[in-house]
Amino acid sequence: MKILVGIKRVVDYNVRVRVLADGSGVDTDGVKMSVNPFDEIALEEALRIRDAGNAEEVIVVSAGGDECQQQLRTGLAMGADRAIQIQTSEGLQPLSTARAFLKVIEREDPGLVLLGKQAIDDDNCQTGQMLAALWERPQATSASKLELNGNSATVVREVDAGLETIEIDLPAVVTVDLRLNEPRFVKLPDIMKAKRKPMDVVSLEELGVAIEGNLEIGHYAPPPQREQGIMVEDAAQLVEELKNRGLL
Amino acid sequence: MSKILIIAEHDGQSLNISTAKCVTCAQAIGGNIDIAVFGSGIETIAAEAASLESVARVIAVDAEHLSAPIAANWANEVLAIADGYSHLLGPSTTLGKDLMPRIAALAGVNQVSDIMAVNAPTSFKRPIYAGNAIIDVEVPAGATVVATVRIASWQAAATTGGGSVEVRSASSNAVKHTRYVGLKSGGGERPDLQSAQRVVSGGRGVGSEENFKVIYSLADKLGAGVGASRAAVDAGYVPNEMQVGQTGKIISPDLYMAFGISGAIQHVTGIKDAGTIVAINKDSESPIFEIADIGLVGDLFKIIPELEKLLD
Ligand SMILES: Cc1cc2nc3c(=O)[nH]c(=O)nc-3n(C[C@H](O)[C@H](O)[C@H](O)COP(=O)(O)OP(=O)(O)OC[C@H]3O[C@@H](n4cnc5c(N)ncnc54)[C@H](O)[C@@H]3O)c2cc1C
Ligand SMILES: Nc1ncnc2c1ncn2[C@@H]1O[C@H](COP(=O)(O)O)[C@@H](O)[C@H]1O
Repeated sequence: MKILVGIKRVVDYNVRVRVLADGSGVDTDGVKMSVNPFDEIALEEALRIRDAGNAEEVIVVSAGGDECQQQLRTGLAMGADRAIQIQTSEGLQPLSTARAFLKVIEREDPGLVLLGKQAIDDDNCQTGQMLAALWERPQATSASKLELNGNSATVVREVDAGLETIEIDLPAVVTVDLRLNEPRFVKLPDIMKAKRKPMDVVSLEELGVAIEGNLEIGHYAPPPQREQGIMVEDAAQLVEELKNRGLL
Repeated sequence: MSKILIIAEHDGQSLNISTAKCVTCAQAIGGNIDIAVFGSGIETIAAEAASLESVARVIAVDAEHLSAPIAANWANEVLAIADGYSHLLGPSTTLGKDLMPRIAALAGVNQVSDIMAVNAPTSFKRPIYAGNAIIDVEVPAGATVVATVRIASWQAAATTGGGSVEVRSASSNAVKHTRYVGLKSGGGERPDLQSAQRVVSGGRGVGSEENFKVIYSLADKLGAGVGASRAAVDAGYVPNEMQVGQTGKIISPDLYMAFGISGAIQHVTGIKDAGTIVAINKDSESPIFEIADIGLVGDLFKIIPELEKLLD
């Protein structure tokens, strides 16, 4: 079986993102870009499944401009077998991303598609579910445990009420949560090796996907600021302050 | 005029507060508001939904296979009744996040995630980048609005309404490819994080599962819910459903008390809507103090017993 893993290029999670003064976007000038942290976890899981002998090939897929090849290379260095860039210069929203992924699925016929539960730039949390719907296959979102049993999988999902377990038939889309695993670090020799691994580039047009129905993104604003707080000296002062504010 | 359908969230016993919050968001959009309740044996839940202020009608779809919230099953039922609605809304909880994008894709539209404010019936404000930017999003003319509602941004609607209830049977069979196995909850009887007025949280600074007792003890004294940072969950001090933050729960209590939490952006994004944030940390340089309304530098193991004594 093949496993497809979605890799999105996003602003690194350590960067404190700032809105541009004219409200036209956020400042990405010279900002560190990385693989979406959830996608690293998705890839790690795929590699472990392959290395346990339950899959033959792990393919990393990213949709975006040529700069996303950098993140695909990181994926190859982590251990993916090959990469596919879905090339587009336009801003993709989850529906178009899902449609493009579906076309790649039709070409590659994977047994499992692993994505992050959310991309930490737009925090949309949609792509995997949309893909599963369009593919008419099961979805398991926010997975913190994944067990393959032949043609099906048992997935533990992190939900608001606790841990939910479901069983899904393969092929399926699984989106991963943070506690599924700890991704490996990339070693220098692997980065060199990754340069020789195949990277296919296919445009959105070649896949026959047109971007339609995008939501219109208007003004960007910084979040409302909280008022400057105060410091208290000890527990007694804290209790008094809370009482004064009617909180106790 | 907008015609809005809200997908109710419940645990088989009662309506989740997120539904009442979706109703308030729907009121801000304006128009006719209906609620869909899926499950089995859901009369009381349907009645609860019908009592929410300004709800016109509750459509209760009663079937055994809808009792577990399998997104593929619920999505089929939503699509079967979606005709004529301009807006399909669900809460931005793990249930809504699982379900609504599936519906959006089947309806062929993009989804608006995490509505925090309504500018106009098809224009909304939502946070991105862990709440570091707020954007205006406009749904293209003629497209159905499929959206999740950021529940920390909305008050629950009152229960003074009197809508009608219409019971229907399911329009599709259970999907075969997905089977529900079960739910394991680690939490006890403490107030639910997402509706609690007070929340006491612990981070890595608490040090162990055993030490978390001091957090529970203070929380019980205050009648508070208990939260945690991701580091505390990862270290196994507490179960996952206690995680507060970008990838955990976004909460809005009147009072939030953080003990031994450094204040990473991903954590802070989950508490920005709290009325008052109190931070207790032994490191005066900790970033949590930048957003705290009241800060106290000190050792939590010394301060919590003092607080408990003062509260007696
Ligand atoms: C994609 C992504 C998503 C994430 N999502 C979340 C999320 O949803 N929620 C979340 O919380 N984190 C999230 N994180 C993790 C986040 O970046 C931080 O690592 C985490 O919040 C740190 O938890 P902490 O503050 O408990 O631990 P630390 O940063 O280690 O802080 C511990 C604090 O305890 C203090 N301390 C120690 N001992 C004592 C004592 N005796 N008394 C008082 N203070 C003491 C220390 O001074 C320190 O400030 C996410 C990270 C990533 C990459
Ligand atoms: N442009 C993209 N390229 C590759 N993967 C993507 C892209 N957009 C989204 N994904 C995948 O879908 C997941 C969820 O993204 P989102 O729905 O945007 O929150 C991400 O974690 C990725 O695995």
